[in-house]
Amino acid sequence: MLRLPSFTYLAPKTLKQALQWKHDAGPEGMYVAGGTDLYPNMKRRHQDPKVVISLAGVKALRRKPAERRNGGTADAGLALAAGMTLTEITEHRKLRRRYPVVTRGAELISTPLLRNMGTLGGNLCLDTRCTYYNQSYEWRKAIDFCMKKDGAICWVAPSSPRCWAVQSSDLAPVMVALDAQLHLVGRAADRTISAAAFYHNDGIAYLTKQPDEVLTEIRLPAPNGWDATYHKLRRRGTFDFPVLGVAIWVRWDAARVDDARIVLGGVASWPQAVPEAAEAVRGTQLEDAAIEAAATAAFRPSKPMDNTDFALAWRKEMTRVYVRRALEELRDRHATRRP
Amino acid sequence: MNGEPTQVAFAPHKTLLEVLREDLGLTGTKHGCELGECGTCTVLLDEIPVLSCLVLAQACDGRRVRTVEGMATGEGLHPLQETFADLGAAQCGYCTPGFLLTAEALLAAIPTPSRDQIREALAGNLCRCTGYLKIYEAVELAAARMRGEDAQPRPETIHGR
Amino acid sequence: MGDRPRDRRSDHDRPAGSPARRPGDLRVVGTAHRRIDAVGKVTGRTQYADDLALPRMLHAKLLRSPHAHARIAQVDVSRALALDGVHAVLTGADLPTPFGILPVSQDEHALCPDRVRFVGDPVAAVAATTEEIAAAAVDLIAVEYEPLSVVGDPAEAIAGDAPLIHDYGDAGNLHKLVNLEFGDVEEGFAAAHHVREDLYFYGGNTHLAMEQHASLAEWTPDGRLTLWSSTQTPHYVHRALARVLELPPGRIRVVATPNGGGFGGKSDPFNHEIVVAKLAMLTGRPVKIALTREEVFYCHRGRHPTLMWVKSGVARDGKLLGLHFRTLLDGGGYGSYGVASTYYTGALQTVTYQVERYKFEGARAFTNKPPCGPKRGHGTPQPRFALEVQMDKIATDLGLDPAELRLRHLVTADTITANWLRVGSMGLGACIAKVVDASGWRTRRGTLPYGRGLGLACSSYISGAGLPIYWNDMPHSGVQLKCDRGGGVTVFCGSTDIGQGSDGILATIVSEVLGVPLGEITVVSADTDLTPVDLGSYSSRVTLMSGNAAIQAAERARDIISQHAAEKLQVPAERLVFAEGRVFDAADPDVWLSFAEAVQGAEARTGTVGTVGSYTPPASPGRYRGAGVGPSPAYSYSAAVVEVEVDPDTGIIRVPKAWVAHDIGQCINPAMVMGQVEGSVYMGLGEALMEEMVYRENRGLVHKIPSMLEYKSPTTLEMCDVETHLVADPDPNGPFGAKEVGQGPLLPIPPAIANAVFDAVGVRVDEVPISPEKVLRALKDKARGGPGRTGPTAFPDIPWPEPIRVPTPWEGGDGKALKHDAAGRRGRAADQSAAALPRSGAASHPERQH
Repeated sequence: MLRLPSFTYLAPKTLKQALQWKHDAGPEGMYVAGGTDLYPNMKRRHQDPKVVISLAGVKALRRKPAERRNGGTADAGLALAAGMTLTEITEHRKLRRRYPVVTRGAELISTPLLRNMGTLGGNLCLDTRCTYYNQSYEWRKAIDFCMKKDGAICWVAPSSPRCWAVQSSDLAPVMVALDAQLHLVGRAADRTISAAAFYHNDGIAYLTKQPDEVLTEIRLPAPNGWDATYHKLRRRGTFDFPVLGVAIWVRWDAARVDDARIVLGGVASWPQAVPEAAEAVRGTQLEDAAIEAAATAAFRPSKPMDNTDFALAWRKEMTRVYVRRALEELRDRHATRRP
Repeated sequence: MNGEPTQVAFAPHKTLLEVLREDLGLTGTKHGCELGECGTCTVLLDEIPVLSCLVLAQACDGRRVRTVEGMATGEGLHPLQETFADLGAAQCGYCTPGFLLTAEALLAAIPTPSRDQIREALAGNLCRCTGYLKIYEAVELAAARMRGEDAQPRPETIHGR
Repeated sequence: MGDRPRDRRSDHDRPAGSPARRPGDLRVVGTAHRRIDAVGKVTGRTQYADDLALPRMLHAKLLRSPHAHARIAQVDVSRALALDGVHAVLTGADLPTPFGILPVSQDEHALCPDRVRFVGDPVAAVAATTEEIAAAAVDLIAVEYEPLSVVGDPAEAIAGDAPLIHDYGDAGNLHKLVNLEFGDVEEGFAAAHHVREDLYFYGGNTHLAMEQHASLAEWTPDGRLTLWSSTQTPHYVHRALARVLELPPGRIRVVATPNGGGFGGKSDPFNHEIVVAKLAMLTGRPVKIALTREEVFYCHRGRHPTLMWVKSGVARDGKLLGLHFRTLLDGGGYGSYGVASTYYTGALQTVTYQVERYKFEGARAFTNKPPCGPKRGHGTPQPRFALEVQMDKIATDLGLDPAELRLRHLVTADTITANWLRVGSMGLGACIAKVVDASGWRTRRGTLPYGRGLGLACSSYISGAGLPIYWNDMPHSGVQLKCDRGGGVTVFCGSTDIGQGSDGILATIVSEVLGVPLGEITVVSADTDLTPVDLGSYSSRVTLMSGNAAIQAAERARDIISQHAAEKLQVPAERLVFAEGRVFDAADPDVWLSFAEAVQGAEARTGTVGTVGSYTPPASPGRYRGAGVGPSPAYSYSAAVVEVEVDPDTGIIRVPKAWVAHDIGQCINPAMVMGQVEGSVYMGLGEALMEEMVYRENRGLVHKIPSMLEYKSPTTLEMCDVETHLVADPDPNGPFGAKEVGQGPLLPIPPAIANAVFDAVGVRVDEVPISPEKVLRALKDKARGGPGRTGPTAFPDIPWPEPIRVPTPWEGGDGKALKHDAAGRRGRAADQSAAALPRSGAASHPERQH
């Protein structure tokens, strides 16, 4: 049986306590939320914290979704506590009604059992993945390890100075596309950053979050005239991480796209925004030609590597198909909604 | 533990799976990967199905844990156990405890699930023997009986056509 | 149902005065009932190997090779031994005797003594007080390797500069070469109206049983060893332990625990089984090992990746006048069942459609990957895929309906095929008719919208191999039966329940014969101390063989009991009926004894009521070297129509539904039969669409995806709806007419899907798995004006030996090879034993076991 290495487990009740204990533990300490990412990694000796600080008992992270108001009246969106389980996200009625793209993204994550455990914050902080990395210690030893853990080389691209592990969260590209704001609490200060600024395109240092900081809240923009969707490519309808995720946000101005964001998951070490694809649909009515132009624009910079399921050439090719289908969905939905 | 206050001592880094099997002698909970990739080790934690291989036993202090050993009460089997046994939803039986508990949680939430709802609910449990079909039928039959219906398996379920 | 008697078998072998079982009066057999182990399984009470624990038990871990091919220069275990909690460390030198499932391939060592042959090959082992300490100790063992060049696939294996992986085999790295010719195929091609040649490839995949292999060994100071293990073949493990540990077999007890799935993956004796036994002997304490999922991928013994070249010549009406098959199997690092697997890729092509002349050339190469072996369908899904796709292409070429083409040329019942297999009952025609009707084949095929299609394929499988794995003339299965004074009956049999329900089969059969309620029958199985030998749960042999042995034992018990009962009731024994826990007069059911009273009376009269039964398959008519693989007492038949939806933009295939018909002969317990059919369809679907063993050529042939997550198996969301039709064409050799069902229905699924893809989008993927990449590549090829095909393009040159020529039955042959071929060109007398691998192999191998 694969087992965890030994460690000290701490279960703080407050955020303040959590931050203090993490500070006390120093680099040897790690936070855990649902455990569905960290514990498998610890069993494979990817991470070996001596102190594990559970955020599961921190009430502030488990608050119910709260509507945010500007000046007391105007809708300023919805705030989601990072400790909500993914099942809670999928079952939240208001969220489903007002932010179906978030519900959809969460529903597509792994399995129902895992969603009962995994959290929203955990999914956004999901470790990058790679078939050279997500292996047992013994396996990795057989290939002389890789730079993400215990080794010196990235076997995906041996001449590269960086790690090419893949961004594999479903909700990360969604949040970047929505331009959600992420609230981080540190011991010294709090800060709120855009989802895009939360990520680095590096398989190792893939988050801009400081190790001591806790992601506490995800603030969704008010649903005022925009639409979004998420399409996921994977081998099976469950279990599998995305080998391609396409998150698209558009703001309509009557029949025309006023603004758009197109973000790809699973093809880089971060949720990869493709501004040239977004530009291709701006001002259009998402006519076939515009969609094709955007699909081609997204296809070009989509550079999957040979470190996930499926052949990489096919995955790259699927970028075109999935971007096209996502845009067609948005167009068709808009057509049915307009009088 | 299965409705009884239980004290158990164990090494602090042990998972619920390990403590159940090794420290409580409850080997009904099986394991197939220990990485959350197969669903075999599913138990109910506060009536929610979770993967016991990824739950720290320490984190279960004060919470309700139910395993397959706690499904049957008194003399009889749970209706799901009855139908799994009768329809051949358990072949090698190794994934069965996980399926039973996931299905029990489903029926608690949705007494009349559609086939698609069953499929979705069980999408985190792998089985290599049955092809899942007998499992769906067993869940449907148990659901009907739990609703008080005098339901019997369809002839083609157990005899083919 | 035809006009066969329901149970021909019961008409012979019966002593005079024995109660008769009339056709059609089955009371338990054929009824759907709860299998006897079901309650244990649904309550979590069933104890699998890793559920066992003994006081003072130690835990073992194996150190496995990080190299695919290397010499072991030095092993230093001193640091491991020094670790607190470590009780013993083993290396190859401690277990020098080789072993292997086949007498001709004794090429494995419990721990590699001097050479490793794949990443994951075990090199050393540790027993410690906890699994964690054992793992830490394994990490402290220093092994110095001298890497050798690595052989990645059969093409590399036969390249001139390839290093030799083993120092035995038929030619270089070619472990086995076969060349058999039945009639002159060239004559067939010359006479043919249409000839086509095609190449196919079937990828390697693995069993992925949910239970990871585990074993527990105990050594007691009286010099006795017990091994509990998740094995499908306790008898063969027993033999391997005796051989390697150099212990008298009588001091070894092997107990096969209920398997959490097997599918062929637990059919070999394994390193870890021998290692824990040795560690228990050394430490005097019980030792357990539970493999991780990754290690199970290294045990493997799964489907051989197989490249196939097929040439077929057909008459205008589609009759196969000549069929020439070449197969090249990627065997991995060891022999395992590979010699049998190689023969099986050529054996069963002839039992479905008439083949006038048949030639088979087969080769198995050693490569530096985990060894391949038997997986559900052993060696036959690959050629079945090629043959059934080939039939589909021939139908297209000739403008015939693929179902019609097959129906026209079915092998008839009670015939002998070109390669001398005796076919008894044959229900394939009925199977095809069922799936054709149920699926709307005649109206829907070819008429569905672009992207949707139907495909049809058929298959056959053996109900047990006609010959044992090692040469002997003893029965293949034995049953002992004990009748208790209380009316209960205990059945002892060496057969192993791997989830297929073999314990239940024994109980049902005994219940039928003795009329004892199922709840009063106890089955003790798979324990070499307690149960007579059954060869194991492989080759779909258990229902037929242990079932027949159980019938014999039960009938003998019934004869003993009826002698007394007849006297007591003053009724002729022939009129006695055993049913519902009673023995009564068929003419007057009010004249009766309870079964318990009848047993008591018999015991008072003749002593303890215990009987034995055994089963040996009938001899096969084939008498040539190689005729040992393929014969079976009975062949099951299956037909399937599968519907697919192909997304032409992505190549992604969805399978909404499969219609399957299976010729089961006779259901013992239809509820279990249904489960086997559906489970087979499921596994065929996985193989067809996604399952594949993949290795990293760029990183020294490490397994790319040794996990449940990345080795893709179908979930609830991929599994198709299945409509199952059972065809009952009883076979005289089967118990109550029963044939196999555990493997056969897998076989038609991959080719039916390939054929359905062609119907849906007009392209051919001549390769399994039929992944979206391959479908899309074929579609692009077609769009560019190409043939619209993805598949292999070349078959390497193999140094085939001279063929063994065997005249077909219709050429007046007698089942033997023509002597001048074998004697003259191969310098060896024609081997007329039917035992292709065991006897002839043992004779030619220095390490013969007997």
